[in-house]
Amino acid sequence: MKQAAFERQHHADWHDFISQLDALERGKPSPSQASDFPAAYRRLCQHLALAESRGYSSQLIDQLRQLALRGHQQFYRHRSPLLGRLLGFITGGFARAVREQWRYVLAASLLFYGSLLGMAALVFAFPELVFSILPPDQVTQMEQMYDPDASRLGRFAERGSGDDWLMFGYYVMNNIGIAFQTFASGLLFGLGTLFFLLFNGLTIGAVAGHLSAIGYHQPFWSFVIGHGAFELTAITLAGAAGLQLGVALVAPGRLTRAEALRQAAKRGIQLVCGATLFLLIAAFVEAYWSSMTLTSPMIKYIVGALLWLIVAAYFAFAGRAQHAAE
Amino acid sequence: METPEGIDLLLRPAGLVPRALAFAIDLAIRAAILLALFIILGMLGNFGIGLGTLLLFLVQWWYMVLFEVLNQGRTPGKYWLGLRVVHDDGTPVGWTSSLTRNLLRFVDMLPFGYFLGALSCLGHPAFKRLGDLAAGTLVVYRERPQARPALPEVEAAKPPFALSLDEQRALIAFSERHASLSAERRLELASILAEPLAVTGENAEAKIHGIARSLVGAP
Repeated sequence: MKQAAFERQHHADWHDFISQLDALERGKPSPSQASDFPAAYRRLCQHLALAESRGYSSQLIDQLRQLALRGHQQFYRHRSPLLGRLLGFITGGFARAVREQWRYVLAASLLFYGSLLGMAALVFAFPELVFSILPPDQVTQMEQMYDPDASRLGRFAERGSGDDWLMFGYYVMNNIGIAFQTFASGLLFGLGTLFFLLFNGLTIGAVAGHLSAIGYHQPFWSFVIGHGAFELTAITLAGAAGLQLGVALVAPGRLTRAEALRQAAKRGIQLVCGATLFLLIAAFVEAYWSSMTLTSPMIKYIVGALLWLIVAAYFAFAGRAQHAAE
Repeated sequence: METPEGIDLLLRPAGLVPRALAFAIDLAIRAAILLALFIILGMLGNFGIGLGTLLLFLVQWWYMVLFEVLNQGRTPGKYWLGLRVVHDDGTPVGWTSSLTRNLLRFVDMLPFGYFLGALSCLGHPAFKRLGDLAAGTLVVYRERPQARPALPEVEAAKPPFALSLDEQRALIAFSERHASLSAERRLELASILAEPLAVTGENAEAKIHGIARSLVGAP
């Protein structure tokens, strides 16, 4: 068949296909357009293959190729309701991901909590050590923040009670930013993640040890126990995701490094999404609950312990049933 | 890249310069958004600053992700330069890959001014930065529809001997491209074929157009 006849014969098809593509790309296809699309796309692919094998002009082939590419992009689109996926992730997917990657979570936890507790114990025993970790003015600032006589605790304590929003925004910005950096810097052969985990562990440990040593333990521990359940867990999860990237680069096993990295990133990003959710909860708790001094420390310890239990139970049990069904 | 339908699709990866320009445009847009936000929200006191910090977070980490996923892989800057983000297999970018490539942007920026990202981009055959490597994504040129050129109006002529598929294609391509070639160049190219076509050098061009017309079957 000559090219011109071929074009005449199928011109109407292509024209329809273009209008279908336009509608799909704008996201508003009519029902008939959407249901006819797969057949139209296959037909176009066939026309393209024919045109190539019959040696039609490159202009025609280019034109058909562009249409096929646009069709391919619409046809193989990843489209699923975001809300449904998010709910599925919260009710089980996240806990499953954490259980699946327990080795990395364990490693990150050991690094983080190990450095935290070790540093806290050291500073508790040798109080002057805190100045080798933190600059003196920061230590003074911390002491002011957790002064037992203050009416509100934490950052911005001196600003009064109307600023919970300000604190919330600050915590979200700061903590989630740190979590993202912890994950991303795992790409530097895991070294960046190690740095962030140890740095945060040592700093928090030094502060905890110092404040306990000077007798501010009551306000400090009652302040951190509530949101710590979410915040500290989130840091270790982001660290676990980052460590995976590093391991994929250092020891890719039987895969190429690029492929190992891709798979590690795909797994790791789940942990990071979950950590982001946890940090949102943590920021909320920190801004609205932890900073209150109306309740007695005892209630705060109880609520804090409950939150830790909830987190532990979530990772232990959530998503088990679905997992078995799959 | 081959699709499940068994056809080959061509993706043209975009290089460092257009991508850097697209990023610069996005950066400027984000700066403008934030400036406007802070002027408005600054008037609301601490509540406004808190809200502003939240929005700053949103704009800083999620601007790229939201645009890439909801707008067919195009942020405003990429749209301007005719670029889009796709998966390695040519499908539109999804939430997880977009999030991965944009979170890892942090490492690409190390130690200063996109140094690692630029190195990786220049070293990779498909111009991938580190984030693209991990997320399995590509930045490609968006295909632009081109007008089909008309064949020159000459009498259709039969080829004097059987032509192979490649020869047919070459003749048609010459005929389709005649508008973008200078008259001297056309004469030069056509006269190469004057002898096998058994015409004089001056008439070779018209003869080729004629053959192309008959091959295509144009009326």
